[in-house]
Amino acid sequence: MEATTRNFERNARKALADTKLQEALARLSHGFPAKRRQAIARLPEFEALRDAARDIKNHVLENLDFYLERFETRVGERGGQVHWARDAAEARSVILKICQDAGARTVTKSKSMVGEEIAINDHLEANGITPVETDLGEYIIQIRGEPPSHLIAPAIHLSKDQVAESFKEKHGQFPKDRSLEEPRALLDEARTVLRESFLEADVGMTGANMLVAETGTVVVVTNEGNADLTMSLPRVHIVIASLEKVVPTLDDAATLLRVLARSGTGQEITVYTTFSTGPRRPGDLDGPEAFHVVLLDNGRTTMLGGELHEMLRCIRCGACLNECPIYRAVGGHAYGWVYSGPMGAVLTPVLIGIEHAGDLPNASTLCGKCEDVCPVRIPLPRMLRHWRQRQFEGNQASAASRYGLKAWAFLARRPALYRLVVGPGVAVLGALGRRRGRFRRLPLAGGWTASRDLPAPEGRTFLALWRKRLAGRP
Amino acid sequence: MSPPPPNVGLFVTCLVDLMRPAVGFAAVKLLEDAGCVVSVPAAQTCCGQPAYNAGDQADARAIARQVIVAFEGFDYVVVPSGSCAGMIRVHFPGLFAGDAPMAGRARALGERTFELTQFLRDVLQVPDVEAEYRGCATYHDGCAGLREMGVKEQPRQLLAAVRGLELKEGEEAETCCGFGGLFCVKYPDISERIVDGKVDDVLATGADTLLGGELGCLLNVAGRLKRRGSGVRVRHVAEVLAGMTDGPPIGDP
Repeated sequence: MEATTRNFERNARKALADTKLQEALARLSHGFPAKRRQAIARLPEFEALRDAARDIKNHVLENLDFYLERFETRVGERGGQVHWARDAAEARSVILKICQDAGARTVTKSKSMVGEEIAINDHLEANGITPVETDLGEYIIQIRGEPPSHLIAPAIHLSKDQVAESFKEKHGQFPKDRSLEEPRALLDEARTVLRESFLEADVGMTGANMLVAETGTVVVVTNEGNADLTMSLPRVHIVIASLEKVVPTLDDAATLLRVLARSGTGQEITVYTTFSTGPRRPGDLDGPEAFHVVLLDNGRTTMLGGELHEMLRCIRCGACLNECPIYRAVGGHAYGWVYSGPMGAVLTPVLIGIEHAGDLPNASTLCGKCEDVCPVRIPLPRMLRHWRQRQFEGNQASAASRYGLKAWAFLARRPALYRLVVGPGVAVLGALGRRRGRFRRLPLAGGWTASRDLPAPEGRTFLALWRKRLAGRP
Repeated sequence: MSPPPPNVGLFVTCLVDLMRPAVGFAAVKLLEDAGCVVSVPAAQTCCGQPAYNAGDQADARAIARQVIVAFEGFDYVVVPSGSCAGMIRVHFPGLFAGDAPMAGRARALGERTFELTQFLRDVLQVPDVEAEYRGCATYHDGCAGLREMGVKEQPRQLLAAVRGLELKEGEEAETCCGFGGLFCVKYPDISERIVDGKVDDVLATGADTLLGGELGCLLNVAGRLKRRGSGVRVRHVAEVLAGMTDGPPIGDP
């Protein structure tokens, strides 16, 4: 997928003017956060669980090599195969090779953000293989040729009318005058179409919410059951996962599951939580003949031990998106690539380069709500600041803001000089603004006054008045 | 014999200093009424947040050093802003990661640094204040005060003692107002959308006054309220608690 992260400001303006999108974002802003709060209120030990979840992930990251090798061994013992992919290109070729070896023409997929990250659909299509997304939201954006706009609700930016329009355009096999007014009708139509794909598919590809090292098990959660059909009907099951998804034990997986759904959708647990271990065994009634796990690095190991180390704890619940004032204002597409919201603003620069994603860490008020709701307590604001520091030190911040900041800091570091400069400035503005108490327009303050008045200063600085008060005392 | 009165250094903040000295005098009155000896070191300009949040660590560090030197002689540092207090307490120590003695001094100062209402309630345990305000107010929780400093109940407890004042909570009281320092001028369109949400929430409460403990937020929300033609009065919480509301509200003549 072509990244448009460089056009963040333009994307954001477009998003702010898109009334359908704004309606969708208003629904999301009031939906998920409220459900999350209710779910947490029902679980008194939630804060302790967050600590436990954080500690599990920290432990894994300290011993990542050990748990990954153990996972590989266990998968092998169960008759599956692990493939290591350093980057997106390697992952794409491994997956294509498995598909070609299986003589695949159709590949069903359950939603995978890593799949989006490596743009596997485009690669399969370019090689004559048809990928079919089976998560309803992901299917909708696939037929519209859009990237997901949310980690767990990829089509959250759309209204049902827009979906109906896309279905009418894409599904020529149904009568043109059918009614798609009701959500149920949309669901039924998607189900009819997808059912055929499930039966046709030679390969099923899923992501993974967790990889369990002690058993070689892959954990996938959905609310639609589509991952189960994706992994059990075709002859071959390919799992694509980034390597920080590994956890030591099934107990650890259970702990993470307890914070995952509550944080994301406010559910106690997702409707489907599937543990799959290896291919079909003799005597099993169903399941794939072959089981492959593609483990993707794609820059993640460079984060280990560095400033962004803790970002690798992320379990992709989406809570930081749901609560972020910026995400709620502009939606996921404005961020211009696969990941959005605070977690995307931290991760995207790692994956595509800060020089291509410079706006992302800056487009934040650092309000701290993301860290507040993160189930694994990732200090996202600190990481956004880290990127800003890298930009500042690498001279990537805009010249205007750099020189402006330097000039201001020059004064701020010299209190006596600062007093000489700010006193007259405040006096002039105070005099000019006294009659109305505020300014509608002011030279050099267009960023502020475009949408709000600037309250006028009183006219004297506190420190000047304080000096006067001290002098007046006996 | 009673213990000596606490020796408080007031970190007035650059915005209060430049835009609204009345907040500084209200803070002084509240502290003196509570028995503190208040000093205002002349060598203060800003806490360094603009530099720190823009990634300019070198300048942030230099400014932090200046603040530490100017204030470490006091029993307490009190700040009429949650974000500047948070800068000193939460962020200063990290700026001196490679300099153990300075980091220690930063931590020591941070432990004695408080947001104004937090200091009055949690440290001095002021039970109530002698003030009157005719009106119905809603309170905006500044993000850093709320999440970095734990300021939530303290201003409300103090406001509860103000005669004539009714407090109505906005549903989104804890939601960011879209100020974010330089954010609001760097991304004015997004900031406008966010502050509109805040304004809608304030108006939905039916309150005639918006109070808060963070002047940056208040300038932002007042500016948007005025632009939208609203008559809601905006004030720093210290003004109301100190009974110093004779001057015009923020953005009014």
